[in-house]
Amino acid sequence: MEQDFSMLDAIISKYRNRSGILIPLLQDVQHTLGYLSKEAMRYVSVQMGIPAADIYGVATFYSMFKLKPQGKHIIRVCKGTACHVSDADGIKEALRSELGLQGDEDTTSDMMFTLMEVACLGCCSLAPVIMVDDTTYGKLNPESIKAILERYGEEA
Amino acid sequence: MSRITVKVGLASCGVAAGAMEVYHVLEQYQKHGADLNLVQTACIGMCFEEPIVELSGMDLGTISLGKVEAGQIIDFVESYQNGRIPSGNIILADKQEGKHNELLAGQYRIVLRNCGVIDPKSIADYEAHFGYTALRKALTMKPESIVEEVKSSGLRGRGGAGFSTGLKWSLAAKAKGSKKYVVCNADEGDPGAFMDRSTLEGDPHNVIEGMIIGAYAMGADEGYIYCRAEYPMAIHHLKTAIEAAEAKGYLGKNILGSGFNFDLHIKEGAGAFVCGEETALMQSIEGKRGMPTIRPPYPAASGLWGCPTNINNVETWANITWIINKGAAEFRKIGTEKSPGTKVFALAGKIAGSGLIEVPMGIPLRDIIYKVGGGMKTDKPFKAVQMGGPSGGCIPASMLDTIVDYDSINATGAIMGSGGMVVMDSGTCMVDVARFFLNFTQNESCGKCTFCRIGTRRMLEILTRITEGKGALEDIQHLEELATNIINGSLCGLGQTAPNPVLTTLRYFRDEYLAHIEAKHCPAGVCTSLLHYEIIADKCIGCTACSRKCPVTCISGAVKQVHMIDQNLCIKCGACYKACKFEAIRKG
Ligand SMILES: Cc1cc2nc3c(=O)[nH]c(=O)nc-3n(C[C@H](O)[C@H](O)[C@H](O)COP(=O)(O)O)c2cc1C
Ligand code: SF4
Ligand code: SF4
Ligand code: FES
Ligand code: FES
Repeated sequence: MEQDFSMLDAIISKYRNRSGILIPLLQDVQHTLGYLSKEAMRYVSVQMGIPAADIYGVATFYSMFKLKPQGKHIIRVCKGTACHVSDADGIKEALRSELGLQGDEDTTSDMMFTLMEVACLGCCSLAPVIMVDDTTYGKLNPESIKAILERYGEEA
Repeated sequence: MSRITVKVGLASCGVAAGAMEVYHVLEQYQKHGADLNLVQTACIGMCFEEPIVELSGMDLGTISLGKVEAGQIIDFVESYQNGRIPSGNIILADKQEGKHNELLAGQYRIVLRNCGVIDPKSIADYEAHFGYTALRKALTMKPESIVEEVKSSGLRGRGGAGFSTGLKWSLAAKAKGSKKYVVCNADEGDPGAFMDRSTLEGDPHNVIEGMIIGAYAMGADEGYIYCRAEYPMAIHHLKTAIEAAEAKGYLGKNILGSGFNFDLHIKEGAGAFVCGEETALMQSIEGKRGMPTIRPPYPAASGLWGCPTNINNVETWANITWIINKGAAEFRKIGTEKSPGTKVFALAGKIAGSGLIEVPMGIPLRDIIYKVGGGMKTDKPFKAVQMGGPSGGCIPASMLDTIVDYDSINATGAIMGSGGMVVMDSGTCMVDVARFFLNFTQNESCGKCTFCRIGTRRMLEILTRITEGKGALEDIQHLEELATNIINGSLCGLGQTAPNPVLTTLRYFRDEYLAHIEAKHCPAGVCTSLLHYEIIADKCIGCTACSRKCPVTCISGAVKQVHMIDQNLCIKCGACYKACKFEAIRKG
């Protein structure tokens, strides 16, 4: 049951025999596959001749790398200082309840949304802030969450 | 009718506030024949008034409007074109009354001089504002004289620690090696800070030009800008700027015919706070896990791939062109003896004028909060200002006369840091703030040093216990002991400074810790477990709004009868408090 990763070959040949490329290489792989599966990392390891331990090491160190499949839309809730003192927790709770996430789930069962926390989105003057894919929304309150999610075709 | 210029602020917070819609309307308007010069710019600094549009070109002078809606803009433009003052929210004006004119009065702009003024995507616009003149001048100077000039300017690194930039440059310049690097640290990991983002979005060429001059002075032929990936617009503007500079011969081989070569690359961060630390950052550029390494060797001796390397923060680099153009002596006229120049701050939190400011060093904190920052956002009183993020501390109201320079701020137990200032009011719990930062550092510790890895976790556990009302008096002593051990037992600045938020809050807000521990009370009403919701019988009209919202149905009472909360079942979610329209629920 060998998976076919030939779609990664173009990326791999772009980086072959270059130094300091592991992070951008994995970024490109993640971009193609949506996340870094063990199998994909093993494939990259063999093809590039980089020890698998180095690849796992880098993939687990940086929060940008995702080791699980991600939802179609990524929601980043800012948990930076300015947002924290402006009730970012309330925003996160509203998102979780609107998305129906239970316990430590971070992706909705229909794979539409993945919720994650980030340290600061750099728009602190609009705190509290969230980012859905590439769009930033600021000056939020828990009541404004529903309308935002509806733009992304949530059936809530 | 004369041709007017309409400038729209399209930095990331402007866009988040809806500035793109305003811009699109103007574009359509222009397409349909309106005679105007439509220009994009970036951060004007008054982020709290976004979207911001500036009108100029008429006898009325320059007028900036804030909180502009897409539906209003054509109206404003037409009034202006017809010589009438637009009936909008005028925030700045040179010949008229502007609501925030005085907020600019206390500022001095070196780093931000072009931000919100020029189009950051246009190299021609940058050149029209003295762009690349400093480089031309530098190329006629001896590299040693440039290092000397920077040294005598007294510029200190703006990334936090305040090390002399000239001294650092002279070490890298003297280091032996045929291959050298310069690096710009744009990782800006401090949560609650956005100076570097705005600088890079608003004036990328100024940072790039500073780096080229530095590379020439130190003999480097390659450079990296390490920028966090959460800043897509900054990265985009940098890429555009680098391509334009290459095309114009400011970057690449034989720059401006001088024989000097310099290539500049962008590296995107991958989401790890510790990578802002210079040795970890270099590991990360090399494609490894970003773990700090022991210094010495310092980067100036052995940095990227073992070569001499000079790392400076974005804002440090952004000061260079001004210093070269105007001279060290001019620079020293601004600021204080030991901290010359200006500092950019990102004001956020409970302050009215949240946004980006640049002030001369030496200004008292009080003036930043109440003059430049416009005072508090609501009528809740000022409580503290957090400076320096997770490595810094909270400065209380009693110390607002402290002046802004490296040494005075350090004396409070906080640090200057990179420039994040989060303002807190009486609704902020200081124990909760300390817990927030320890949670952050505990998560971001790279794990190499035991005290940093385990010690921060122990501190977090104790703080969590206190905010849950389970703290004991000994806990304060434990926190202080742990703090000392973490400071002494950590390799890099992350661990060495992680206890600062706890130590400063213990120093200035000890009574709040005691209230949580002894009275099981959170004076700010933030710590959920210590909250208590109660229905005031006199005010409750029995509308049932609260009992319908309670997720655990612990509110009893019939319609039109006084309701009651069963304290044993209440999970303190606050839903009832928000639902009650009659202020009949007390939170305490
Ligand atoms: C944990 C940690 C995080 C840091 N993050 C940053 C950062 O985001 N940006 C920055 O410029 N410097 C950061 N620094 C400081 C750098 O190590 C370094 O001192 C700085 O880039 C030097 O530039 P300067 O001399 O121009 O200030 C950090 C240091 C530590 C210990
Ligand atoms: S002090 Fe903390 S972050 Fe720094 S090297 Fe040690 S464990 Fe890593
Ligand atoms: S705080 Fe929440 S759980 Fe407690 S009574 Fe009010 S609604 Fe119910
Ligand atoms: S703290 Fe949330 S955007 Fe900066
Ligand atoms: S004025 Fe918009 S980002 Fe600052």
